[in-house]
Amino acid sequence: MRTLGQTLSELLDLAAAKFEVPRAGLGGADDIFEKLGIDSLQALDLLTRLESHFRVELPDYELQGVSNFQALAERIHARL
Amino acid sequence: MDLARHESLQSALAEAFETFAERVCLIEADRDRERARLTYAEVAEASAALAGWLAARGTRRAAILMTNQSKWHIAACALFRIGGQLVPLDPKLPAAEQAELLRHSEADTLFIEHHLWRALAFGGQAIVSEAPPSTDLRGAARYEECRAAAPPLVPRRRSDVACIVYSSGTGGRPKGCQLTHDNYLEQCAALLRLYRFDPGDRYLSILPTNHAIDFMVGFLGPYTCGATVIHLRTLRPEFVREAFTRYQIAYMALVPLVLTNLERGLRGRIAALPGWKRRLVALVGRLRSPRAARLLLREIQRGFGGRLKALFVGGAFSEPSSLRFFRDLGIEVANGYGLTEAGTVVTLNDGGHFREDSVGRPLAGTEVRIADPGPDGIGEVQVSGRTVMAGYLKDPDLTAETIVGGWLRTGDQGRLEASGHLRLFGRRKNMIVTAGGKNVYPEDIENAFDGMEVAEFCVFAAHRLWPGRDERLLLVVRPNRRVPFEEELWRRNRTLPDYKRVAGHVVWERDFPRTASMKIKRDELAAAVAAAGSDRVVTP
Repeated sequence: MRTLGQTLSELLDLAAAKFEVPRAGLGGADDIFEKLGIDSLQALDLLTRLESHFRVELPDYELQGVSNFQALAERIHARL
Repeated sequence: MDLARHESLQSALAEAFETFAERVCLIEADRDRERARLTYAEVAEASAALAGWLAARGTRRAAILMTNQSKWHIAACALFRIGGQLVPLDPKLPAAEQAELLRHSEADTLFIEHHLWRALAFGGQAIVSEAPPSTDLRGAARYEECRAAAPPLVPRRRSDVACIVYSSGTGGRPKGCQLTHDNYLEQCAALLRLYRFDPGDRYLSILPTNHAIDFMVGFLGPYTCGATVIHLRTLRPEFVREAFTRYQIAYMALVPLVLTNLERGLRGRIAALPGWKRRLVALVGRLRSPRAARLLLREIQRGFGGRLKALFVGGAFSEPSSLRFFRDLGIEVANGYGLTEAGTVVTLNDGGHFREDSVGRPLAGTEVRIADPGPDGIGEVQVSGRTVMAGYLKDPDLTAETIVGGWLRTGDQGRLEASGHLRLFGRRKNMIVTAGGKNVYPEDIENAFDGMEVAEFCVFAAHRLWPGRDERLLLVVRPNRRVPFEEELWRRNRTLPDYKRVAGHVVWERDFPRTASMKIKRDELAAAVAAAGSDRVVTP
């Protein structure tokens, strides 16, 4: 079983790799859209990548109201 | 089906259920999987059982807060069957705003998906769908259990209110447009005259059905023609593309943002073609003949499933260059202009009379006039006809200000061309009068920056952001990651007449706030940019 901290850390690894931003610059409290420089459709693309990594289903609506990485990690973690 | 023979939506739906009983009405798909298929008879049965449950509880007005899915349609059909009124709400709104609109609408019943229900308090009868089995629903009913014997169909007259639809206007008091059965039946008939659904045609629904366009072309239109609606539970581009080919889609409605995304993908694929094919695409584009394009560019047609009749795009301004791009490839994009107060669509740029710099011509039965036009022919767009709403719920003052002598004042500035096409220039309240006495519309100036390599942008007058500043124009821009844009911005700026040029830009790193139909919430964006300070303005 992963801890929430591990989920967050893996999420940040994946996001950094997918959108080619330095991993060291990302933290749980950072705004996903601002930090990665992406729009809402690109964020949906990220969900697909996260689904295959964590082997869970993340409906589009799970992004709603989520602004920072920590909140997204919590939603993923709740589905693990 | 002849809609003119019907008095209400429920009687039209009842005829559809009987006429097309064995045909497939709804398909529910999620990612690359198909979850369910329902025939018209099955939708009739499900909605009649739900109607029985509602009737026993005395439901009169129900709101729906759901993403695009079959239960949305079934709930709406059930409600109409018992003569109830429908309040379609936007599932993307923050919960506090949803709660405020619910209160304002005085809905006694609410259909809601479980993930939305968690965040919302509602005093009436809530019916929650997709709730995990062990969850405590705090007194709400489980959608799946709301069944009872079918009640008789309660008729309504054309002049009765069918729906209360909150216009996606930003901020200010809630504006609940009361749309009648007549509004909807007339609108539907006028649209079907331009874009017919044949039985078996498939409509791909990615917009939530509370969106007026999806309600019309993804619910009433296909139902009254025996067509099939496919609800795709994700907006992810790769699955949208796949759904096109798998289901051989005839129609889809989308917002400009998704159209831009499709365009980007398509341009990428064209760029990857071998040289001679790329040249063929370019050559066909120059022919300006959709028919020739359809014949010569089969491969591109196949990418869209091969059965596509048209993409409907509305909800915000579309870029003329985008419309032209698709049309040159033989893909019809019907852009339109509409507002909730006028029952969705006012004008439509249909394939037969397409003009890329316009939002098309008024639908049959709808009259458009330009009030108090200036020397340039531009004035306020006003609309009259049987699709204009009955007024705002509980707001006679605002109704009286908005509908004057039978004409709906839209607040949009436009010009009617000799060909009958309407051109829009922007919102009246966004208009800027320059020191030289010229009227300038930020939306019009934005056209000059269309297609620039940036994520999004918006034009404001400086004094709109910081009162006391002059009326010079500023471009607020969210750049694409690592793509420099400044040189291109100033180059394009120099092509404009001097009174239309922007004097500077502000780089904004966050997603622009947008309404459900993806219009930029200008007031909200302006307030945020203003709060960040005027020292962020960059001048050339």
